[in-house]
Amino acid sequence: MMLCLSSVGLVLLALTVQNGHGNPDSAVWNRMETSERNYYTRYHNMTEISEWMEAMKRENPDVVSSMIYGQTYEKRNITLLKIGSSSTERKKAIWMDCGIHAREWIAPAFCQYFVKEIIRTYRSDDKMKEIMKNLDFYITPVINVDGYIFSWLNESTRLWRKSRSPGPDGCTCYGTDLNRNFNANWGTIGVSTNCCGETYCGTKASSEPETQAVTDMLDKMSQDILAFITIHSYSQLILVPYGHPNVSASNYKELMEVGLGAAKAIKAVHGMNYTVGTSPDILYPNSGSSRDYARQIGIPLSFTFELRDTGEYGFKLPEDQIQPTCEEAFAGAQHIISYAHDKAFYSSAAAVTTTLWTTLMAVWVSSATLL
Amino acid sequence: MVLNSQEAATFPGQEGKVVEIADVMATGVLNPSHYPARRAAAVVQHYLNTQHGSPYRWIFLSTVHSGSAEEVTEGRKYQLELTMQEVISNVSGKCSAKLLFPGEEKPGAPQVQALCAELLSENITAQEEAFYQQHRDGKNLVSGENIPDSYGHMEPAMKPFWQLGGVASSFIMLRESNESTLYNMAHVANFTQLETEKDQLRFQYHVLLHEMISQEIIHWKMLFTWSPAEGVKVLQTELLPKCHCEVPPDTTN
Repeated sequence: MMLCLSSVGLVLLALTVQNGHGNPDSAVWNRMETSERNYYTRYHNMTEISEWMEAMKRENPDVVSSMIYGQTYEKRNITLLKIGSSSTERKKAIWMDCGIHAREWIAPAFCQYFVKEIIRTYRSDDKMKEIMKNLDFYITPVINVDGYIFSWLNESTRLWRKSRSPGPDGCTCYGTDLNRNFNANWGTIGVSTNCCGETYCGTKASSEPETQAVTDMLDKMSQDILAFITIHSYSQLILVPYGHPNVSASNYKELMEVGLGAAKAIKAVHGMNYTVGTSPDILYPNSGSSRDYARQIGIPLSFTFELRDTGEYGFKLPEDQIQPTCEEAFAGAQHIISYAHDKAFYSSAAAVTTTLWTTLMAVWVSSATLL
Repeated sequence: MVLNSQEAATFPGQEGKVVEIADVMATGVLNPSHYPARRAAAVVQHYLNTQHGSPYRWIFLSTVHSGSAEEVTEGRKYQLELTMQEVISNVSGKCSAKLLFPGEEKPGAPQVQALCAELLSENITAQEEAFYQQHRDGKNLVSGENIPDSYGHMEPAMKPFWQLGGVASSFIMLRESNESTLYNMAHVANFTQLETEKDQLRFQYHVLLHEMISQEIIHWKMLFTWSPAEGVKVLQTELLPKCHCEVPPDTTN
């Protein structure tokens, strides 16, 4: 009788707790979730992004750390977030960067969303859990910090693209197009040699401190980076190397296959079409891009994402499109990352199995011959 | 031994080998996702807006289905099958278009012919008429600036003026287009409604166009009229020079 009453009591207690009334934890979670949802549907200036990076580290100290890996022309830090379960062994990596071009505000917004999503899902999603176990993410929310800050100054600076270094002697204009400044067929095509031009490639390859910072990191890590994704806007494209029309990547077929898979994943989210191809095929020829540099030093999977839209709002994508854009881009990036991960961590197992079978067969055949 | 693609990539001298590709303009059947067809399709988009655009009808390219290009004596001729989308009502429709990019001998704007049936089927007469009547008497001349703002936002009342600016910009974008350009209107810096003349609403606009291949932002001032009956008629355009006069503001913070 006593046992029966207490079990009834327990059931009643369980029901009350499930109801959520007066449960302080659920109220806090709802508030956090709401403000979190609102945060990632707005554009943020550099101060806010820097504060957010600190918050990500503070809230997730077991998986998030940061690294300052260079300085801009105006002496600001270029910082990346490293996301991965801590380990003493050297791990494979995924590189993502945003904000090489200042006016492409949706790009840093996506890097922030991407970080948030990995952190949100790595404990619960099986695939994400496995990926996090095996590799680290290196994410730079804003590479062109000077340019990004400049684009936030007022309406007349909103459409700034380049860095903020002064032009060479005799030039009154500012800025180098960082995505034409990398040492990959530098200065050969798709650039302006006029320092006032929006695609001015700089005085020489890697002339800019921002380019040097990324180059140094990539050179150090190139053996470990499985995939390199650089985020831009607008046009809804996935670009594969190379930007020069006369240069083809040795794994062009693979790049196209993976890129088309990413575009399919993107379309499945909100129906948006992203076109896949080399820059000279689907957009315009260019040289000195970070994507090309990454491929050239041996990173096999290197992609440029050009996010929404296709010209209606252009660089000034309304904030109510941040969420859907980030959702679809995340699906696309995840496709590439999954492929890169599985190729590195499954195909070697497959190769071992094949070798084993071949060896066994050889032994069987030779022993059969002997008999 | 079979080299997987990762190994091949790390062999010096193997990666990024130069392939000889002749440097000619694409001719014959065009790949619909490659840039020649897409740039030509953008020109068709601008043309359609000059012909049919209004504060309530703004047309954008949706898909290129197929295309072909050929050299002719007058220049280069394109044939395209497209789907275009009217972005206010979200109505889509198929279009067949022919365009001619004039050769160097007689330079000028591209010439376009296009047939789009379903696209223009949406009845916007009521909205256009209401907008026209609301603004024609000149008692409260409208003006605005910075549309959209840095966050992509605009007041709902400004939206038809932004759309109208896009349509009027199409006249300039059409005229300035060639096979090496891809234009979009990036921003309306400001606009002012002037006194209605001959039953046409009159506007002065300062717009910023984005040219994708050069990545340049180009400033234009335009004077144009609009009415439901006459559509947009551009009277004057003025190219504003790019200012190379910057004094860097203090951005240390």
